[in-house]
Amino acid sequence: MIRFENVGLRYGMGPEVLRDVSFHIPKQSFQFLTGPSGAGKTSLLRLLFMSLRPTRGLITVFDQDIATIKPVELPLLRRRIGVVFQDFRLLDHMTIYENVGLPLRVRGKEEATYRHDVLELLKWVGLGERIHALPPVLSGGEKQRVAIARALIDQPEILLADEPTGNVDTPMARRLLRLFLEMNRLGTAVVIATHDLGLMDQVDARRMILSNGQLEIYE
Amino acid sequence: MSDRADKSAPATAKAARPARPKLPVQRTDGRGERVPGLRPLAPIVPKGSMSGQSLVLVIAIMSFLACLAVGAVSLVNKSAQTWQSQIAREATIQIRPSDDIDMEAALRQAQELASGFSGVRGARIIGRAETVALLEPWLGSGLGLDELPVPRLVVVTIDEDSPPDFALLQDALYQSVPNASLDDHRAWVDRLVGMARTTTVIGLCILILVLAALVLTVIFATRGAMAGNQHIIEVLHFIGARSGFVARQFHRRFLLSGIWGGVIGGGFATLIFVLVSFWSARNIITPQGEQASAFFGDFSIGLGAYAGVFAVIVLAGVLTALTSHVTVLRTLHDIDDHHADPGRLDY
Repeated sequence: MIRFENVGLRYGMGPEVLRDVSFHIPKQSFQFLTGPSGAGKTSLLRLLFMSLRPTRGLITVFDQDIATIKPVELPLLRRRIGVVFQDFRLLDHMTIYENVGLPLRVRGKEEATYRHDVLELLKWVGLGERIHALPPVLSGGEKQRVAIARALIDQPEILLADEPTGNVDTPMARRLLRLFLEMNRLGTAVVIATHDLGLMDQVDARRMILSNGQLEIYE
Repeated sequence: MSDRADKSAPATAKAARPARPKLPVQRTDGRGERVPGLRPLAPIVPKGSMSGQSLVLVIAIMSFLACLAVGAVSLVNKSAQTWQSQIAREATIQIRPSDDIDMEAALRQAQELASGFSGVRGARIIGRAETVALLEPWLGSGLGLDELPVPRLVVVTIDEDSPPDFALLQDALYQSVPNASLDDHRAWVDRLVGMARTTTVIGLCILILVLAALVLTVIFATRGAMAGNQHIIEVLHFIGARSGFVARQFHRRFLLSGIWGGVIGGGFATLIFVLVSFWSARNIITPQGEQASAFFGDFSIGLGAYAGVFAVIVLAGVLTALTSHVTVLRTLHDIDDHHADPGRLDY
């Protein structure tokens, strides 16, 4: 699904933050991406999401070399990827319901066709009673759940989540993890960037550990 | 480093896999029946932000100034044409008195001669009483024309569309009335035409400067307002919206802002035109009104200026929409090109 071959990344004239990174994310796989702060987890997620180009190496996303993808094709590829940003990136003038339905709205779908899915997903993440709330009045954990719901609403082929449980308590983290597992069971490949060992210990999944710019994978 | 491609779904260690929740079935006709309490979908680009209101205000002010400039140029141009037309519409035959001519007979002869020329609509002798009245400001009342060698005049009305051959008319007058000379006001006309054209060109230059200021102000104000919406562009981009979709959301919103600002500014300018025209019509019979109308006619700016006001409104709207469109596309290009290029980032 996504393949990295000898990928290197360097910002400006600085040192390489990622060196010779090679891995493959198969369909319906589940993995954690972890490592100390500043190890390059967010950079790696940005590479996976095609919002950053590698300095060297080859990245193929859905069997397409991202170096040769035309700009007009990028939105279509991004629609197959769900992303949970560390800073949530919710639109403050839209309600929770509208934020979660936004990916479907930009795909040109009528609201009537996705209303039940959005409401169902909001209940699933524990926000069924807050569909009218605007993001500025939400807690950090609630915002995180909205961001997760928005990433999942169109059942992406792969989900990239940057510290998705960083702002929630343990029971909610466990509940969100169950949601990721359920999405994975239904066919979505999941990559969770986290340094929450407690979270990783709950699932026997592949661990991708970034350290000093190099990636080690423990199956 | 190891990488096994066919990793299957993980087995949970502690968390049990949940069943997919089932929600109560909600019956809808599929045509937009809403869940109670759900508001109509908010626009993707919010309206009524502070930067948006400032944009409307700036566009309104600049449109107002541009419309005033359009009206002023229209008024000057119209007045200049009127001056030129009024002067060019008449010529004057002047007959100098001498002992060997009968002035009244010479006047009539000159009148008949001029009237018979093609391109002349009529010729009128300035009578004795009228001549005395013309000279009264300089020579005082009670003037006796027979006591002074005062030239007499015949006013010739010219067909502006096909004026007579003035040289031929001059020769014919000289042959039949030797003391007559023809003044076709050419020197005045030429100077007035020059002045009128200069005035119009100056007005057009001012109009161009004001329009340039309008264009630049609208562009910078729109870009300023767009800066507050940068995060919306990024979110839409990363959830897979096409560039055209994102640009359309913004240029629709900004087109409305631009047109609304233009309508406010143009509306106020039009109101001022109407008020000045109304004042002018009411005061035309007063001495001040006569002096003003001598320069500016009836102060009405004409359909051309109203069309100009409409054009300014359309220009403001189109320019605002176009600027927002270009800004969105440039921002999206930056996200995919500049921001995605690690070689151009150093942090």
